[in-house]
Amino acid sequence: MKTALVFSRFERFWHWAQAVLIIGLMITGFEVHGTYELLGFEQASSVHTWLAWTLIVLWVFAIFWHFTTGQWRQYIPTGENLVAVVRYYTVGIFQKDIPHPYKKTVRAKHNPLQRLAYLGFKLLISPLIWATGLLYVYYNDWPSLGLGALSLGTVAFLHTLAAFMMLVFFIGHVYMAAFTGHPWYSYLKGMVTGYEEVEE
Amino acid sequence: MKRRARFDWLLLAVFVLAGPAGAADVPGKIGKSASTADHGKFKELQGPFASGPEVTRACLTCHTEAAKQLHKTTHWTWDYYNQATQQTLGKRTVINNFCVAVSTNWPRCTSCHIGYGWKDDKFDLASEQNVDCVVCHETTGTYKKFPAGAGHPVYEEKEFPPGSGKKWVPPDLAKVAQSVGKTSRRNCGACHFYGGGGDAVKHGDLDSTMASPDKALDVHMDAKGLNFSCSDCHTAGGHEVTGSRYATKAVDKNGIDVPGRTDDTRATCESCHGMTPHAKDAKLNDHTDRVACTTCHVPEFARGGRPTKMLWDWSTAGKLNDKGKPVVKKTADGKEVAYDGMKGDFRWEENVVPEYRWFNGEIKYTLMGEKIDDSGVVPINRLGGSAADKDSRIWPFKVMQGRQPYDKQHKILSVPHVFGQDDTAFWKHYDWPKAIKTGMESVGQTFSGEYGFIDTEYYWPILHMVAPKEKALGCDSCHAREGRLAKVGGFYMPGRDHFAWLDKLGWLAVVLTLAGVVVHGLLRLVLSSRKG
Repeated sequence: MKTALVFSRFERFWHWAQAVLIIGLMITGFEVHGTYELLGFEQASSVHTWLAWTLIVLWVFAIFWHFTTGQWRQYIPTGENLVAVVRYYTVGIFQKDIPHPYKKTVRAKHNPLQRLAYLGFKLLISPLIWATGLLYVYYNDWPSLGLGALSLGTVAFLHTLAAFMMLVFFIGHVYMAAFTGHPWYSYLKGMVTGYEEVEE
Repeated sequence: MKRRARFDWLLLAVFVLAGPAGAADVPGKIGKSASTADHGKFKELQGPFASGPEVTRACLTCHTEAAKQLHKTTHWTWDYYNQATQQTLGKRTVINNFCVAVSTNWPRCTSCHIGYGWKDDKFDLASEQNVDCVVCHETTGTYKKFPAGAGHPVYEEKEFPPGSGKKWVPPDLAKVAQSVGKTSRRNCGACHFYGGGGDAVKHGDLDSTMASPDKALDVHMDAKGLNFSCSDCHTAGGHEVTGSRYATKAVDKNGIDVPGRTDDTRATCESCHGMTPHAKDAKLNDHTDRVACTTCHVPEFARGGRPTKMLWDWSTAGKLNDKGKPVVKKTADGKEVAYDGMKGDFRWEENVVPEYRWFNGEIKYTLMGEKIDDSGVVPINRLGGSAADKDSRIWPFKVMQGRQPYDKQHKILSVPHVFGQDDTAFWKHYDWPKAIKTGMESVGQTFSGEYGFIDTEYYWPILHMVAPKEKALGCDSCHAREGRLAKVGGFYMPGRDHFAWLDKLGWLAVVLTLAGVVVHGLLRLVLSSRKG
């Protein structure tokens, strides 16, 4: 085992900026949805839109980064060890001295469960929420974009659906990533400092 | 570049031509136009005049075509054919839920006609001298049509209402005639502020407070600001005034009216402001395809301090005191009449939040003699439009509620004979069957003998009393679970609408996930501490 830089400076910036933006988007988004009143619709929708644009810009950089560094390979799904990891989180974790079955390396820093979860986040939840969100923003231009047949209700439905998926992901991710290491905060620490214990 | 340079030269030229006096002004700005004629110097107008028609004859010696022009207008004919609905409308024809109908009540109703002497259905509509020029053009403020004078002012001192002690003094017609000028808010208001028999009764957004409003009441008419008169928007050519409620424009896609290119009317907001008027917030412009300007910009009506009538219940009319006079009760604040033995019960409201409906400009009336469904509320008028109709906008309305007499067997709204000194007038004898019989026969109907009172409602588009932009509605007024548009259907609105089952499922998933991680975490805590 050795200590190595697993999360580069940009990756950490991307992660935490994205975290803040998504939390803000969820708070304002559910207000726009009418779930509660906090800032008022006017403020909430305006803040929501600005946060969304900021996140989009961040993602443009993140996508560029993924491809230029080849880091996108970290998310290629694999079945190898998947069952073992699932068994660890459902059984092993409750017992003492059962080690995590996945051996983390710099080139493969995510376990098979993480790969699936993050891939789902990147290829399912985010695109859905973005596509519907952008449609929402450009609602008035639908006819000129040839989307006149679309209904706002449908777009709103899918956007809300994606928002719930995002919230579920968020809760699961925060717990798994912040509280299940050894010691419990070790993953969190890694995401802050960038350094983690990895295989030689 | 070339164009810019030319513009600079033009500007310079304006400055030079305007000279030192005009230099401080905005280039090209002109003041209120002053007339080139002083009517006080015209020998034709020196008088004395014994009657209104005499004044008109004097006017017509120079303004040879004026009466002919007016003869063609709704102001004169009280008759209007709506091409879109193929209905014949106009005051002569429609039934409302205020004073109900004109027929047999002529002299009272025609005190707001732009003519003299329409005292029965035999009035000569071709008479030129019977056009009342001065009611619209005099500027002294001393000329008033007598409430029961069929359009004439008083020519000798009279008291009205009888026994009220309120004296009506004859105007100096020569002075009135010499004072003529452009129409002002007061001229139009002399009738339009008092529709329905009194100040603020009818429209809700037009009352005597609009004669000299402040900015908060009307941003355009603000007497100390823009100081618009009615005719600044209700432009007129050949005395034909634009912007009739009988043919409302729900949206004016002509946009800003450029002379020669469009219809030269300015009776819509869009005529001056265009279709994308919000310079700072583009999202607001995104609303103009579905929301009328006034929906946000007239947040409440009857804002000037005069309450408007919201309900008129004729069914309780007829209570007399021991002297045989109609009972009159005031509202709690003593400002308005809550009950009048002549007219029934009223409800008055101030600062009223409008009701909102889809509207495409088409208004269909329940016409005289048209069969009604008396199982529910009868619409005096019906609004065309829906969310599916691209030319519809969400509009604000005053909804006037009424309870008025109808023929129970024939199932038609009745035309009651209310005003007069004869044997059957309701205000003389308080006998409904007689009043209804006379009224209905006057329009060629027969009364079955059985009458009742039916609830009615009447939609009035709200578009005056435009508030300054700071007072316009914000997003939150409508984008809320129980906002102003809570009942306007046919579309999905963020903040108001949601899919209940999606929310239920979504929150269930969230709660289960949360419970899952909490239990998972607690289990780890408990198990690790036990073994430790």
